[in-house]
Amino acid sequence: MLSSVIGYYSLIFGSFISLVIIFFSVQNFKNSKILDSKILLFSFLQLVLVFVSFLCLIISFVNSDFSNETVFNNSHTTKPLFYKITGTWGNHEGSLLLWLLVLTLFIFIFLVKSKSQLKKYRILTVIFQQVIIIGFFTFLIKTSNPFNYLFPIPKEGLGLNPILQDPALAIHPPILYLGYVGSSIIFSSALAATTVNYINNNWASHIKSWVLTSWIFLTLGILLGSIWAYYELGWGGFWFWDPVENVSLMPWLALTTLLHCILVLEKRSLFKSWIIILSIATFALSMCGTFLVRSGILNSVHTFANDPERGLFILFFLFLLISISILIFLVFHKSDNKKLSPIFFLSKETSIVINNWFMMYFLSVVLIGTVYPIFLEAISSQKISVGPPFYNKLLIPFLIPFLIFMAIGPRLRWIKSELKDKLSLVALLIISVLFSFLIVRNFNTNYLLNSILIGSAFYLFFITVQDFFIKKNKRFSQNIAHFGFSLLILSILLNSIFSTEIITNLKVGESYIEDDLKIEFKDLDKENKKNYISFTGTFYIKDKSSNNILNPELRIYNQPNIITSEADIKITLMQDNFITINSVKNEDYFNVRYLVKPFMLWIWISVLLVSLGGLISLFNKKYEK
Amino acid sequence: MYGRKVKLRFLFIILILFSLILSTFLILKSLEENVVYFQSPSDIKLLEEFRDKKIRVGGMVKENSIKVSSEKINFIITDFKNEINVVYSGVIPNLFSEGKGVVAEGYLKDRSFFKATKILAKHDENYMPPEVKAILEEK
Repeated sequence: MLSSVIGYYSLIFGSFISLVIIFFSVQNFKNSKILDSKILLFSFLQLVLVFVSFLCLIISFVNSDFSNETVFNNSHTTKPLFYKITGTWGNHEGSLLLWLLVLTLFIFIFLVKSKSQLKKYRILTVIFQQVIIIGFFTFLIKTSNPFNYLFPIPKEGLGLNPILQDPALAIHPPILYLGYVGSSIIFSSALAATTVNYINNNWASHIKSWVLTSWIFLTLGILLGSIWAYYELGWGGFWFWDPVENVSLMPWLALTTLLHCILVLEKRSLFKSWIIILSIATFALSMCGTFLVRSGILNSVHTFANDPERGLFILFFLFLLISISILIFLVFHKSDNKKLSPIFFLSKETSIVINNWFMMYFLSVVLIGTVYPIFLEAISSQKISVGPPFYNKLLIPFLIPFLIFMAIGPRLRWIKSELKDKLSLVALLIISVLFSFLIVRNFNTNYLLNSILIGSAFYLFFITVQDFFIKKNKRFSQNIAHFGFSLLILSILLNSIFSTEIITNLKVGESYIEDDLKIEFKDLDKENKKNYISFTGTFYIKDKSSNNILNPELRIYNQPNIITSEADIKITLMQDNFITINSVKNEDYFNVRYLVKPFMLWIWISVLLVSLGGLISLFNKKYEK
Repeated sequence: MYGRKVKLRFLFIILILFSLILSTFLILKSLEENVVYFQSPSDIKLLEEFRDKKIRVGGMVKENSIKVSSEKINFIITDFKNEINVVYSGVIPNLFSEGKGVVAEGYLKDRSFFKATKILAKHDENYMPPEVKAILEEK
């Protein structure tokens, strides 16, 4: 009750502070040589106010204060404390407040960290960032106030969707948001730098840390969501080309491209206009993702409430931001054609241009596949969906040259380069393809394409391993990220080729037998837990090489009344054995799904390696000149 | 030297244009082949011809229509005007039950028989796939 009032008013005060900051910034822009310390002070104050507001919401959730509408809609007294807290950002209003918190946090960190940069540039970044912050304040207060008062006060809340009651999902939104919101700093800073003509290598090395930071968080956020979908939704895979996944992949692709281009700007002062466009695009794609997910257009777990007003607001705001940024780009950006630095065909610059082409192609495929159905429905009211075959067909063939270029590119030097050891490079390629042919030859489907594809992944793998030894850690971060990527593609490919799946309906005591495999449904135990009833099955699974006992669980939650399946997964280095059960129509039959997924663990590990590469680069800047 | 630079730039632009055209062509062609259309049981009744192409059917699972056996389940999808028999063997989502909305993906065998290859999971007991909602509102 009290916490709602405090939370609401600190939110209101926080929004006014935006105006104060903009006022001081504009005043400071022309008048003095140094940055007004009031800007820093008020940014800190704003951060504190939003933090207090966020804290108040957490307190309301912990106390199950159902006079607060958000708490009423998303919490319940019987929910464990941990999920009461994480439930704070498991809903629309709370997650937006979190977004706002990260926005204010980042601009404060930016101010502290950018002391050595141009004053005008810093002030402009603050102004652009405050425009975004005002937008979010307005959105929050107008359409999704987390502190709405309910009277009469309900006795009990509606509860949090049980599939969100999971540790991975508790930290998935904050991590992903750090990535998304980080892109807003890149956006504001790119616009500010354009305005004062500060796009140069100084700016590049300074903004690189922000690009890296948001890239790392975005990567980890996607990874967490993916792991969660694997075991909690019982999807049994890691990527489904679901629109909700795609909207997080698109900013990732743009950000990855930007990361590579920033290096060129840092070292060679090239690609200036392209980098501004990419910075705008990354943020626009992040916002677009928010719009698609929040407006209820996409069918997903993230669709908290289908309120058209919210969707319209984001769409309008997005449109405004993009128009402003394009205007700034056109008015202020001067391309300096005079001092065009020479590039030769065989150089690191070219390899990064090639990387950009591929990335842009991948991005447009994902974008079209995600957006086309929405447009078609708006235009012709025809409902379609675009599934994995579309993406597989368009992306996989292009992965082959992409991987090969990715292997060779980093070996080239800036400006002009020669390819050393051509013979060994070609020999290694042939060895890789032959090697992968040996692996896939026993599988009848498409083994030519598969062996070339796996071959090129192995090629990248071998080359990066070789690089670890010959380069004496000079580009260690890049090396480890590329190595991780090769491992990722390899595990994905081998996983998709060698996975097996069995789906059957069984009663307790029955067995499923096929060839060497026997799945025996031994037993079913019922147990009452705090906010759900648990049914745990016992399965004896016997195949050629191993004997496993797995215990998948079925949970019937009381509030809201939902059934969820908890997979039981036996994780080993080489493969995962995955089983889920589900009841069908309260009959004795249980729907049993048993999967053997090779190299599943390696998919997660390799993504961690990729982001580790980013982390090393972030903390190792001086060393890697 | 200058001529060489212009030539390079020219080559670069041609390459970009070429790859743009190629990728647009590929994407459009692949879209045409791989989109899955969504239809209600009534739409299917009106179909003139049906090809062996994957579609999605949505509506409500009819009360008392689910029958389970060890290899498959049978049920009926209805939009309260028309209905269609569905046979399915595969993963059954948690929220699949009688009287609830459902979207099934698969192949049409004839006008009243659908072989599903996938039943789509919904995520929330209050949540209705927008397609299904639209169908039910039309009636």
